[in-house]
Amino acid sequence: MNKSVFTAAVLYLLLFIAPARADVTLESFSFDDKSTELDFKEFIGKVRCLVCQNQSLADSDAELAHDLRDEIYEMYQAGKSKDEITTFLVDRYGDFVLYDPPMKPKTWLIWFGPFVLLLVAGFLLTRSLRRQTALPATEISAEERQLLDARLANKSQNQDKIQ
Amino acid sequence: MTRFLRYLVPLAIFFVLVVFLYRGLSLDPKLIPSPLIGKAMPQFVLPRLQEPDATISDKDLLGKVSIVNIWASWCVSCRAEHEVLLRLAQTGKVDIYGLNYKDDRANAQRWLSQLGNPYIVNAFDADGRTGIDWGVYGAPETFVIDSKGIIRYKQVGPLTVDILNTKIYPLLKELQPAT
Repeated sequence: MNKSVFTAAVLYLLLFIAPARADVTLESFSFDDKSTELDFKEFIGKVRCLVCQNQSLADSDAELAHDLRDEIYEMYQAGKSKDEITTFLVDRYGDFVLYDPPMKPKTWLIWFGPFVLLLVAGFLLTRSLRRQTALPATEISAEERQLLDARLANKSQNQDKIQ
Repeated sequence: MTRFLRYLVPLAIFFVLVVFLYRGLSLDPKLIPSPLIGKAMPQFVLPRLQEPDATISDKDLLGKVSIVNIWASWCVSCRAEHEVLLRLAQTGKVDIYGLNYKDDRANAQRWLSQLGNPYIVNAFDADGRTGIDWGVYGAPETFVIDSKGIIRYKQVGPLTVDILNTKIYPLLKELQPAT
C-alpha cells in the first residue's frame, strides 16, 4: 500500500475515535438509569468551567470542575430538576457559566444584533442597486456613433468572409 | 458632498472598530462579574482553622464592616498578597476573616505561624463547599461585607497596595461613618 494512502487511512480512522470520547467523564459516576446518566453528561457539557474558560465542565480537569461535577451529580441524585441546578450555578457564578446565554435586555444585542446588521446591509444594497439602474443612459456624440457604425459594419463583413 | 460621505462612512466604521478592539486589549477575560455583589453573603457554618472544635458562621460577621479573604497554602498568589493583608490588618480599620479553602490544616497553620496572621478568625473549608457558595473560582479572592452582611465588593486575584488605596480604603470610608 502506498505510504500516503496508509497515512490518510489512519487519520481518517482517528476521526472516529475523538467523538467517541465525548461521553466519557473524568470520574466514574454511577446512575440507576441510563437516561439520567446521559442527561447528566449532556448537562455538564453545556456548562463552562470557570478556571479553564474554553473547556466545558465535562472536559475540564481543574480542581473546581471536579468539585462542581460532584455537586451537580449529587443534585441529580437528589432528584433536582435541570432548572434548579442551572439556577444554583447562575446564582453563584453568573450567566457566564452558561454556554447558551439567556434572552434578556442585557443580551438583546447578542441575539438580535446580527439580524439588525443584516437588515441594514440589505437596505443599503437595494438602495445602491436601485440607484444604479435608475441612471440615465449616457449619450454618445455623432462622431462616436459614426465610429461605432463603421466598426459594426466592418465586423459583419469579416463574419461573411469566414462563412 | 455624497462623494465625501463615501469616504467618511468607511473611515468612521473603521474607527468604531478600532475603539472596540482597543478596549478588548485591556479587558481581562478571567474577570467574571460576580452575581453576588449587592446580595447577602452566603450562609455557612464551618469549623475554625485554629480551634477545630469551635465554629464560625456568617452571623458572626454581622454588625460591622468586614473583609473575607479566601486563601490556601497551596495558592501561589496568596503568598504574594499576604504582605498586603498584613498591612491592611495593621491599620486596624477592618476585621479580616479568612476562608481557608480546600487546604490541609497543618499546612495552613504553619503558613500562619511562619508568615504572620492577619486574620481575626479563619474558617476551615476542607471540601470547598462554602467556596462554591461564595462563587470562588480562583483563589485568592477578597470580599468586602457591610454591617448588614451585604457583599459590596469582590476582588478576584491578589490584593495589591494600589487596590487598597483606590478601592478598599475609599469603600471602607463610605461604609464606616466616622464615629
